[in-house]
Parts: sequence; C-alpha cells; structure tokens
Amino acid sequence: MIKQSKLPGMLTWATLLFFYLPIILLVINSFNASRTGGSWGGFTLKWYEQLFSAREIWHALRNTLVVAVIATAASTIIGTTAAIALHRYRGRIQNAHYFLVYTPLVVPEILLGISMLLFFVALKVNLGLTTVILAHITFCISYVAMAVLSRLQDFDVTIIEAARDLGANSWTTTWSILIPVIFPGIMAGALLAFTLSIDDFVISFFVAGPGSTTLPIHIYSMIKRGSMPLINALSTILLAITFLAILAYQIISRHNRPQED
Amino acid sequence: MTPKRRRLWGECSLTAPSMLWLLVFFLLPTLIILAIALKPADPSGGIADGWTWHTLFSLRNPNYPEIIFRTVWLSAVTTTITLAVAIPISYYIARCKPWKRDLVLFLTIIPFWTSFLIRIFAWKAVLHPDGILKSILVFCHLASPDTLLLYRPEAVLLVMVYTELPFAILPLYAAAEKFDFSLIEAAMDLGAGRLRAFFSVFIPGVYNGLLSACLMVLIPSIGSYVIPDVVGGIGSQMIGNVIAQRTFVDRNLPAASALAAVLTLVMIIPLIYFLRGKKTADSGPTPAKEVV
Repeated sequence: MIKQSKLPGMLTWATLLFFYLPIILLVINSFNASRTGGSWGGFTLKWYEQLFSAREIWHALRNTLVVAVIATAASTIIGTTAAIALHRYRGRIQNAHYFLVYTPLVVPEILLGISMLLFFVALKVNLGLTTVILAHITFCISYVAMAVLSRLQDFDVTIIEAARDLGANSWTTTWSILIPVIFPGIMAGALLAFTLSIDDFVISFFVAGPGSTTLPIHIYSMIKRGSMPLINALSTILLAITFLAILAYQIISRHNRPQED
Repeated sequence: MTPKRRRLWGECSLTAPSMLWLLVFFLLPTLIILAIALKPADPSGGIADGWTWHTLFSLRNPNYPEIIFRTVWLSAVTTTITLAVAIPISYYIARCKPWKRDLVLFLTIIPFWTSFLIRIFAWKAVLHPDGILKSILVFCHLASPDTLLLYRPEAVLLVMVYTELPFAILPLYAAAEKFDFSLIEAAMDLGAGRLRAFFSVFIPGVYNGLLSACLMVLIPSIGSYVIPDVVGGIGSQMIGNVIAQRTFVDRNLPAASALAAVLTLVMIIPLIYFLRGKKTADSGPTPAKEVV
C-alpha cells in the first residue's frame, strides 16, 4: 500500500479542535466568577443559581416543549404518508409533490419565516403559539419525509407483493409489513423534527407573538441584552443534554444494527 | 371499485395531507411575498388596502447594491473555504480505521445537533473585547489593545465557516465512503503524483457529494441573518439583516417582502444551476442530516 499523506489527518484533528475550543471555553466560563471571561476569577455556581431562579426561562422552555411535541407528532404523520406516496407512485402529481416536499429544505430559513409572517398578517391571524406550531409543522414535514424516504429506498417491495399473493389486503400489508419495516426511518425523522423544532430560532422569531417566546428566542434576547455568564450556564446545560441524547441514540442504533444487516 | 380507481384513491389519500399542507403553508406564503411587495404599508405595522409601486421604488436605496454584493461575496468565500477544508477531511474519514472513523464522525455530528445560537454565542465570547483570544493576541504582541475582533466582516466569515463546516463534511463523507480508493492507487501506479490522483480521480469521484455540500453551504449563507446580527457590525450587514430590520424595527412589511423577493432572486440562480446539475445524477441532493 502506498504511504498516505499526513496532511488530511492533521487538518481533520485541527478542525475538530476548532469545533470544540469555543464550546469548551464557554463551559469553563460558566463556572467563572469573573463576568467577562477574559480572565479566571475563581470557581462559582452563582450563574446557575441565578439561572434557576429566572422565571422567564422556565416559561420559554415550556413553550418550546409544547411546540416541539405537537409539531413532531403532526409532521411525523404527514411526512410519513408523503414519503410512502412518493415511493409508491410515479407521475406528474408525484413530481409536483416531490417539488413541494423538497424545496423547503433548500429555502433559507429567513425566507420561510418572512413568508409565513406575511401570510398570517395578510389573513389577520393573531401571532402566538399556534402560528409557531403551524410554521414548525411546515418545515418539519420535509425532513421527516426525506428520512422515511431514504429508509423506503432500501425496502424490498417484493415482500408486499408476496403478502398480497398470499391473500393479505392493503390494510394488513401496510400495518403488518410496511410500517414495521420503515419504523426506524420514522423514528429518525421524528427525532430530527423534534431537534429542529427545539433549536429553531429564525422562523419562530418571525411568527411568534407576545407570550409565545420559545427558548431560542429567549436566548437570543439574552445574547442581545448581554447577560453573558447566564447564557454560558444555560448553554452548558443544553450542551450536556444534547451530548447525552446523541450518545444514547448512537448506542441504541449500534445495538440495533447487527439485527438489521 | 375497479383496481385503477382504487389505486387513484390510494394515491390521493396518501398525497393529499402533505400536498395540501405545503400548498397552503409553504407555496402560498412564498407567492404572497410578491403580492405584498405591491401593497402600501400600514403605520401600525400591518398591510393597508390598495396597491402601490412605492415600495418597489424604495429598492433603489443607494445602500442596497453594496449589501447585496456583500451578501454574495461573503457567501461565496464561506462556501469556498468550507469546501476546501471539508474535502480533505471527508477523504481522511473515509480512509480511516473503523473505530477512528466512528469517533471523528461522532465528534462532527455533535456540533451539528448543538443549538445554532449557542455555537454563535460561543464565538462572540471568544472574540469579545474582554475575551480570551484578544488577551492572547495582545500578550503575544500580535494585536494592539484597541484592536476590535468582533463586529467586522472577517468575524462574520469565521463564524459562518464554523457553523457550516459540518453541513459540508457529512454529505462529502457520504460520497467519499462509496468511492473506490483502489482507483487512486491505480492512478498512482500509472504514474500520477499524489496531488494529481487526488484532483483528477478523487474529486470527480465525489462530484455529487461536492454539489450537495456546495448547496448545503451556499444557500443558508446567502440567507444568513443571525451570524451577521450577533458578531457583525453595521459594516457587515447582509440582506437577511435588512429584511429583519424592516420587519421588526421599521414595522414596514411591504418593504421587507420586496427585499425578500430580491433575496429569492439572488438565491434562485445557484439553486437552478445545482438542481439541473443533479438531475443527471441518481436522485435529488440528500439533506445532510439524513446521514446522521
């Protein structure tokens, strides 16, 4: 074997360092008693204490979870039917359908946000939690549909034909064969929808009204107002949750893999 | 019911929910942008009755050409740097031993799932006038104490590359994983140098992944709003910032929608180019998150 260049490897590890340095500094600074973070002022937990006593944060967290749960449930159902239709049928209707499902993935968030704001204002709909939920369902549908579709592409259609030949009707084939086989894709899509919904700032910011502040909107206003140590503490907690969730997801999916292959 | 009619009914019932939802909440709002650009503004922040050309004339604002140019320029530079870094990384990951590959992928995926705002904020803290980077630079006599690292276009560029890199690495890795690396050895056996083999064999081999990665980076960059808003200053405004300013500060929705129409035009040119390029390939570009 030809000796490989060391350059790509060095670049990769340097990039990973670049990825993590700001995040590590942020975590360290959340325990820093000095307000600005340029120097070490001693260890403290006071930012966490202040964080837990801030009522708006809990309110924003509650809004975020309400939106994420409803948007995930609705978009998982609509996205899954969309993927099954796109996989099963061909023709002009499905071409238009694919265009509608695919385009939101490549349209910048700010355009989705402003267009939905204009739509709601033109219809004189009051902005609030409902408009945020409607907007989240809209952008999550496409991600769920793509996740399920990629699972369907590996699916052996002849199994369905075999079941039909053996007398199963379409209801049975759908619920006993199709759904169980694509279930990992549905779960992946739902997880994606949930994460995207929790993390979304730009679209929510445009369509949110008074009282429907979500956690990212609250974090944004904290960044703007400049209470830096509090954001450090909040970010550290969110980072820890994300890290644990990904780790759990990786372990579960690795655990399932040998059975699938 | 005849089988043909039953099939049509099945197709309709599976297609209708997503089709209708996206027609109402995606296509219609997108088309409304154009209509509202022709409406007069309501002083209370709404949309008044009647029609006017006034808003479109306001696009002649002498600041706009500069902002549009800056948006395109910053996005193009971000895409170039991101791809230049992501291509060797994807090459490396695809050739790694499995345990190392899993580790690097895992470490790439974490920032990908981490809150976008938190990652931007982390940089704001690093670049802050009282932050650590400036202290180090001043200590090493690389910067004078009154240098400003934050609120300039270079800071926007740095943070854009930072947030977009995982989006480029994952589709490129997905393509590199399918690449047959014995082709590189074959090219080198036939006398190609290492660089020649890389550029003439590996790059064409991952062309579709390259297109996806390019799209995944370029389009969100053109629509950037939060990054220039948080780490950029007045001199690094992009179209997205002006849209947000018209919406939230001036409460002039028709002006915001006229600018959104401009942004759509700027974005649609690379989009059509890429979608046409992809049509010859197997299927549409895969969203990068799917790789996870």
